[in-house]
Amino acid sequence: MRRVYVAGVGLHRFGRFPDRSLTALGVTATRAALADAGLGLERVQAAFCGSVYGGVAAGHKVLTALASKGIPIVNVEAGCASGGAALALAAEQIASGRSDVALVLGIEKMPRGMIRSSFFEPWREEAGLAATPAYFALRAQRLMRDSDVRIEDLAAVSVRAHAHGVHNPWAMYRKPLTVEAVLTSAIVCPPLRLLMLCSPNEGAAAVVVAARAPSTPAVRLAAIQLRSHHPGAVLGEHTPLCGLPDQDPPPPTTLAAEAAFAEAGLGPADLDVVELQDTDTARHVLSAEEVGLCRRGGGGPWVRAGGGTAGARPTVNPSGGLLSKGEPLGASALGQVVECTWQLRGAAGARQVEGARVALAHTVGRGANACVAILCT
Amino acid sequence: MTPPARPVAPGLVVSGPDGPRLVVGRCPSCERVHFPLAEGCPWCGTEGASPAQAGPWARLWLWTAVSVRPPGYRGPLPYGFGIVELEDVPLRVVTRLGEAEPARLHEGQQLRLVVDRLCTDDDGTAVEGWAFAPVAPG
Repeated sequence: MRRVYVAGVGLHRFGRFPDRSLTALGVTATRAALADAGLGLERVQAAFCGSVYGGVAAGHKVLTALASKGIPIVNVEAGCASGGAALALAAEQIASGRSDVALVLGIEKMPRGMIRSSFFEPWREEAGLAATPAYFALRAQRLMRDSDVRIEDLAAVSVRAHAHGVHNPWAMYRKPLTVEAVLTSAIVCPPLRLLMLCSPNEGAAAVVVAARAPSTPAVRLAAIQLRSHHPGAVLGEHTPLCGLPDQDPPPPTTLAAEAAFAEAGLGPADLDVVELQDTDTARHVLSAEEVGLCRRGGGGPWVRAGGGTAGARPTVNPSGGLLSKGEPLGASALGQVVECTWQLRGAAGARQVEGARVALAHTVGRGANACVAILCT
Repeated sequence: MTPPARPVAPGLVVSGPDGPRLVVGRCPSCERVHFPLAEGCPWCGTEGASPAQAGPWARLWLWTAVSVRPPGYRGPLPYGFGIVELEDVPLRVVTRLGEAEPARLHEGQQLRLVVDRLCTDDDGTAVEGWAFAPVAPG
């Protein structure tokens, strides 16, 4: 198997852009990634596009606008991990020798308001069993009841994310928050409040992967692993209507993280930068536990000890996370990979983690789908 | 004359002289149950689950409340939402709750399955759902 390098990265800012089409967002990010790689589209041999709400052949529309000539284009939907799944397919192209250069893009324009997902049958919506934040809330309640996670910890996670996001010009929300502001924001589903949840929004990200190392600093994709869920658990992004009380299988994130660490020959102690799925602040704490940044059940003490804050190793979500950036589903995983690449190049500006050499990007979402990518210099 | 009514979806709940029951599927191979009745057992993949009745009694495990209208839902707001453990079979079930104030609920609280009216179709047909509700004290 050949090594896989990140040759170029590009973003379209995450936010709300009512005057820009989904295709336009994708074109912006793709042009930026190709320019960053110093490659023309004619060098790209295959393209993979992650999107959830993009509709038929969303990636083809972006590449048509760029006058691509006959290359294979695959559109990938894997919930919040769509961009990660697209990257995994592209990486296989490079590793196997089928392609020398491949393009990955993630594009999304999310509808406003509570996420409506065709994952749920219409009767399930009508029956009141398709309220996504309510599922997040049950998970938060369990985390607080079964381990030492307090409501102040769930607020602190949001405060820290926004403190990081202040320094990210690509983020949607760039204002600092206080614990008090989080704890007095509107209740969405108890115990979760508005400022503990990320906002669905719009954006695009693109990554060019290649077999040849780019000029220094060369960032290598050391591992990328996708996993889904085991049967049994009632809580989880597979969002079932029932579960078995005596089953507690390892969650998709843990399966993906363990496989990625094995593939890279690295462990959690080697990480300098982590971009972690933080759809809500309880998900952030759980993601930290499931990836192995702290022990299972140790998320509360980890937060209170300053785990993941600027200056800590690893620094978690220096980009501000989805809480600051917003969540364009198909683009969010690649947005993390772009941030990790900038961090490893030392090009992250005011949010730079000094001397970063190893970075991990994690997404998990509906399906369930979890993706863990490890990048290193 | 009773106005016409329809269940939110067929085959989820049956009503008898002792009140409503959930229609679960029982696997012919691993013998575990699941809800709703599915073509294949979600725990072991065996096909040919047979319908069985479960409930009405359950114990509360996790709960919250929904106060912002979710897409496709036309019922009353706010409403309780949670996960209960059925008393007669080993199964956790995601459900609406008959109590929308989280402070009035506690872990392990006994709940009973009820059929309730969610909303009314344009032609006047009542749409019936189900919930697990606290048993009235005394």
